[in-house]
Amino acid sequence: MKNKYSIFSLFKNAFSGHENWQRAWRDPEPKKEYDAIIVGGGGHGLATAYYLAKKHNMRNIAVVEKGWIGGGNTGRNTTIIRSNYLWDASAGLYDHALKIWEGLSQDLNYNVMFSQRGVMNLAHNLQDVRDLKRRTHANRLNGIDAVWLNTDEVKKFCPIVNTSPNIRYPVLGGTLQRRAGTARHDAVAWGYARGADELGVDIIQNCEVKGIKRNGNKIEGIETTRGFIKSKKIGVVAAGHSSVIASMVDIRLPLESKPLQALVSEPVKPIIDTVVMSNAVHAYVSQSDKGELVIGAGTDSYVSYSQKGSHDVVEGTLKAILELYPIFSRMKMLRQWGGIVDICPDASPIISKTNIEGLYFNCGWGTGGFKATPGSGDLFAHTIANDEPHKLNAAFSLNRFVSGDLVDEHGAAAVAH
Amino acid sequence: MFLINCPYCGERDQSEFSSGGEAHIERPKQPTELSDDEWADFLFMRKNIKGVQFERWNHSHGCRKWFNLIRDTSNDKIHGIYKMGEKPPKV
Repeated sequence: MKNKYSIFSLFKNAFSGHENWQRAWRDPEPKKEYDAIIVGGGGHGLATAYYLAKKHNMRNIAVVEKGWIGGGNTGRNTTIIRSNYLWDASAGLYDHALKIWEGLSQDLNYNVMFSQRGVMNLAHNLQDVRDLKRRTHANRLNGIDAVWLNTDEVKKFCPIVNTSPNIRYPVLGGTLQRRAGTARHDAVAWGYARGADELGVDIIQNCEVKGIKRNGNKIEGIETTRGFIKSKKIGVVAAGHSSVIASMVDIRLPLESKPLQALVSEPVKPIIDTVVMSNAVHAYVSQSDKGELVIGAGTDSYVSYSQKGSHDVVEGTLKAILELYPIFSRMKMLRQWGGIVDICPDASPIISKTNIEGLYFNCGWGTGGFKATPGSGDLFAHTIANDEPHKLNAAFSLNRFVSGDLVDEHGAAAVAH
Repeated sequence: MFLINCPYCGERDQSEFSSGGEAHIERPKQPTELSDDEWADFLFMRKNIKGVQFERWNHSHGCRKWFNLIRDTSNDKIHGIYKMGEKPPKV
């Protein structure tokens, strides 16, 4: 049983110099067999394990992770959370996640620093205005909060935005989802890992999957760098490397893996208390609690697993940032990184069974998976435990690429997820 | 970020080019006879290889011609370039 985190535990540990905190999760040796194995210890994988244990009472499960917990895209993204998607299926999926976010810190007994500071999406041309207004209406019909702001209201909500009509892409208005915001990404990974571990889930780090063993059409287990592990159910949540895992069982997925870049500035005093996104010029920015500006750039146009992005992508984003926020012109960028994201042709995820019995895939989150972490884990756990999708992820099956029922969010979602 | 040796123009920065994705995906010869599964395979399913991959590229800000590239996607090193219609060199 884990000690509960509270103000009292903080006091107690402060008196002993913070040297006696209990370990947040174990470092177990892999067992010979599990009832289910989750491949990939990112936020989505850990959340899946947590909800499998908590809601579906599957306690003999493991999460295998090639690197370490919090070392992948979960620990280096722009942490934006919102649910203002156009289509009903996406609205259902992302708002399900947003509702879990609202109570997540209490549920996990771990402060994920979820902050509903609002997300504003700017419009820079007439088509943007039409699209964003349409999206606002669609959101409200789905019970998701959304309002349209004119240029003056944009300026009032975020005074540092340059609303001059003389810039190359002037701000013609924007939408605002007040329930949206940010969370602390590391804490999400650590909180889910701690929660899953407490429920008996084995989190096995430094354990790379090398092969998947199957007998006919049934899954038998995985070959890893730490030996063979038997299991009849395998859930793959490997983000940018999903196609690599799928190729082990000769499956091709509708995915392309590309580097997505983000960067943070040197820390400064509070200057922007919300998240502002702009799709037309591809710039989005928020400020972390440490004071750094967190800036999201785009993906490269080509497939790459190199974890390096192109300089011209960063340059394009920073040009847009400078035009929209002249106040940032003398700031220095502290660091930049590229994570590999798996993008579907319709920019919607896949949470699905496969043609192989006992093999499930949760992938295709592309550039915007962080916001969905709790919902994705919850729905994937449901899919694995019941061997059929929940009604909220039924539309996100692999089969939609055969039937043609795509959930086309490419133009509809704020492009920068 | 890397340089690409365009077979028509010579070595240029990658930002002058557009990626056209996986190469050698042939349009089905008898499209009317294809099942939904086969269409899905042709339209959407990709190898998305981590390692050496055959790709189509277009010199969109240069000569605007298409060509093929052999590239290792794990480190962006280029192993060969050949024109459309030519046989891929051995890697």
